[in-house]
Amino acid sequence: MQPAGPPAYPRRMHDGAWVGRSVSRREGSDKVSGKLAYIDDLSRPGMLHGVTVRSPVARARIRGISFGPGVPWDEIVVVGPKDLPGPNVVKLIDVDQPLLADGEVRHCDEPILLLAHADRAVAERARAAVILDLEPLPAVFDLDAALRGDVIVWGSDNLFREYRVHNGDVDAGMADPDVVILEGVYDTGAQEQMYIEPQGMIAEVDAHGVTVRGSLQCPYYVHSALVALFELPADRVRVIQAATGGGFGGKEEYPSIIAAHAAVLARKAGRPVKIIYDRVEDVMATTKRHPSRTRVRTAVRKDGTMVALDIDFVIDGGAYLTLSPVVLSRGTIHAAGPYRWPNVRIHARAVATSHPPHGAFRGFGAPQSVFALERHLDRVASRLGLDPAELRRRNFLRQGDRTAVGQVVHEPVDLDAVLDRALEMSNWAEKRARFEVENRAGGPTRRGLGLAFFYHGAGFTGAGEVHLASVAHTEATADGRVKVLTASTEIGQGTNTIFTQIVADAVGLPLDRVDIAEPDTAAVPDSGPTVASRTTMVVGQLVRDAAAQLRTALVDAGLLAADADRDQTAAAFGPAVAAYVERHGSLRGQATYRPPDGIHWDEKKFHGDAYAAYAWAAYVAEVTVDLRTAEVRVDDFVAVQEAGRIVNPTMAAGQIEGGVAQGIGWAIYERIVWKDGRVRNPQMTNYIIPTAVDTPPIRVVFVPPFLGDAAPSKGIGELPMDGPAPAVLAAVAHATGTEPMAIPMLPEQLMIILEEHRHGDR
Amino acid sequence: MATAETAPNSSVAFVVNGAAVTVQGHPMSRLLDVLREDCKLFGTKEGCGEGECGACSVFVDGVLVNSCLVPLCQVQGSSIETIEGLSAHPRLRVLQDAFVRDGGAQCGICTPGMLMAAAALIRVRDDADEAEIRTALAGNLCRCTGYVRIVDAVVNACAELRALGGAT
Repeated sequence: MQPAGPPAYPRRMHDGAWVGRSVSRREGSDKVSGKLAYIDDLSRPGMLHGVTVRSPVARARIRGISFGPGVPWDEIVVVGPKDLPGPNVVKLIDVDQPLLADGEVRHCDEPILLLAHADRAVAERARAAVILDLEPLPAVFDLDAALRGDVIVWGSDNLFREYRVHNGDVDAGMADPDVVILEGVYDTGAQEQMYIEPQGMIAEVDAHGVTVRGSLQCPYYVHSALVALFELPADRVRVIQAATGGGFGGKEEYPSIIAAHAAVLARKAGRPVKIIYDRVEDVMATTKRHPSRTRVRTAVRKDGTMVALDIDFVIDGGAYLTLSPVVLSRGTIHAAGPYRWPNVRIHARAVATSHPPHGAFRGFGAPQSVFALERHLDRVASRLGLDPAELRRRNFLRQGDRTAVGQVVHEPVDLDAVLDRALEMSNWAEKRARFEVENRAGGPTRRGLGLAFFYHGAGFTGAGEVHLASVAHTEATADGRVKVLTASTEIGQGTNTIFTQIVADAVGLPLDRVDIAEPDTAAVPDSGPTVASRTTMVVGQLVRDAAAQLRTALVDAGLLAADADRDQTAAAFGPAVAAYVERHGSLRGQATYRPPDGIHWDEKKFHGDAYAAYAWAAYVAEVTVDLRTAEVRVDDFVAVQEAGRIVNPTMAAGQIEGGVAQGIGWAIYERIVWKDGRVRNPQMTNYIIPTAVDTPPIRVVFVPPFLGDAAPSKGIGELPMDGPAPAVLAAVAHATGTEPMAIPMLPEQLMIILEEHRHGDR
Repeated sequence: MATAETAPNSSVAFVVNGAAVTVQGHPMSRLLDVLREDCKLFGTKEGCGEGECGACSVFVDGVLVNSCLVPLCQVQGSSIETIEGLSAHPRLRVLQDAFVRDGGAQCGICTPGMLMAAAALIRVRDDADEAEIRTALAGNLCRCTGYVRIVDAVVNACAELRALGGAT
């Protein structure tokens, strides 16, 4: 093993032959042939099927549990809170959430009891036969009621976390005689990740320890939760990622619960246990995007100069803390947008309610606050008689400016270039003018064009990456191959292919000489969770450094010519590694995260360098609104961004396109209907995600990196979630002359807005 | 409704990917479960269990169906094709290759069903335009791609097939 140290680069840099090319997906042929095994495609000898008994009510005291007739109870493995091997908590940021409700339930569909049987149908029948004696307690679902403390459901004040940002003098800015003041309240709803593969796990427990396989994003999160629950040394708990059918954040924290449930059943049964959620259970029980309410008040001069911004940002965290403080943090940092505000005040709160805990979902709080600000700025532009693009342009952050939390923009950003490209591709000026003329002519439909401008920070927020201290390993073998060992998971976004490209370039090898280790905590180091747009940007760099060490070691040992080109390296690499291994035993590389120079975040003051890099974007939506049905159709979508160096253009565009489709869904299709804290539409039949005919052409452009061709890559996974909703609503506003302020905006909601608008006109 | 454990078994014979099989099971067992559990064909996926997502799409006697909605008793004597059988058709290999090359598969869980739906279209005609392709795929949900590259893959596969000529 080589000592961890500063990255050692080959003395001769190679042409980036693979990075920058649209290399085909590594596991592509297994995916199109149906050969790739996902968790529900796997089984173990003697395996039982586990099911979860859940609370039908939001808040109650558990008076008793009994077992109804018609079920062979002697064949059923039953696990309650008393059967756990260790503390009854889901280890995450806090330890407030139990694995199984003990004495009291705090949200609908909270797990109460676990059952397992060899026949899944029998297990299901048993689940239905469990009789829960629940004494209802007061619950709270409304943000205002929770903030007022009408019912206290968490701590002393229902407040999970509170952040304040304060720059300049907002009150003085608001009092400026030359400004126009505008206030608005913007709401966003819960959103279901709706990965097409529901969640699932298989657990095995024996004298040595615990092994789980499953659909998950973060092997070491699950590992940490199981180590705490089983009170075992780390090396006796093993977590392996199975092929995973989409995540979007939904498989960030919840898999720890399913893994623990399967494991405690397996422990009691003495046999492997599989838990697979069906769609209804998955939608009802697992996390969703935090609903939000944002009050925005601005002072902007008549020439468009932004003077003061006052934001009150509230998100509904649900019944347990889970990841809400971090979601709130990202939402708060993104709330002021990529604009120069001399005076900013942000008050941000994550509030406890009796909803099931809301959690990670692509964008992680930023889409909510970006929606509010961008929707608001459109209204400001309208008040001032300014083009919405022009208002934004006049206030863009420039190199040397500071963001609302005090981060200096060191990059030579050229946001005009990003905006101009989007305006040009969408034919902004001509179409806006033409639609306005056509819309005045009447008829049953109206058309509109709307814009959103935004940035998205990649990697963990604040000091998060420093605390993670992620590690990547590489190993060269005598057959001339390089193996990459990380905990980064392939969930469709292209991890395996991207790492292959990066490593092939760093060592100077063909792609087919690179292997990617299965994410298995028994074999791979902790390279952090696969979240926060961090895999290519953060772990990719570690992988590159760890791979480059292999080449350097061979060159330093005199086994490989320093200037060997790709063909020469391919030929010489195997024998060189064999000779090296004979001398030294092995040839391995290791890289540990070190923050870029000069990056500092002060969590107490909530101030400083919040992210190592930001991607910048301008999105334009074109819509048709049918006034008869209040249906909105997105006809065209332009997504322009600067995201540093693009490793794989096809995959990068695929990320943007998928995010845009999810953003359009959040804006106009996807509505979670709650009744007494329970999801009433937990099916694909009544929770509508966009189909191929609902989704417009999405035209994606990555502008040349601000730092030139050798620029590092920035994260892009979450970025495309921020822009579509405000752009689509801006387009609807442009088409109809209304001011929609909330999403999701389904025809039912837009019809009311259109009706009110018509009455208002009279 | 009777459950699989209590109901009488029946014997149903059909052909899967060219091979004759006989399955003992409840007549109302879902074809999806029969394919996965009895035939061990795991390429057919379950995303919703109610005919919305299309991940379980297969051909029954050449017709594209959601196998989660088809009871076992209905396939007596039928010929069923699944994703595992798709690769045997050279023209459909073109479609699979296009999905890999053009980025039509991301997480891959919708991919088998999506390919079956695309194959159903391509079998009928290889000159469909983008709107027709989108309509043909509208019964198959994908959460990763925004459909752009799936549609591209089908468009490109159609062009290749036209260039190749010949029957499906």
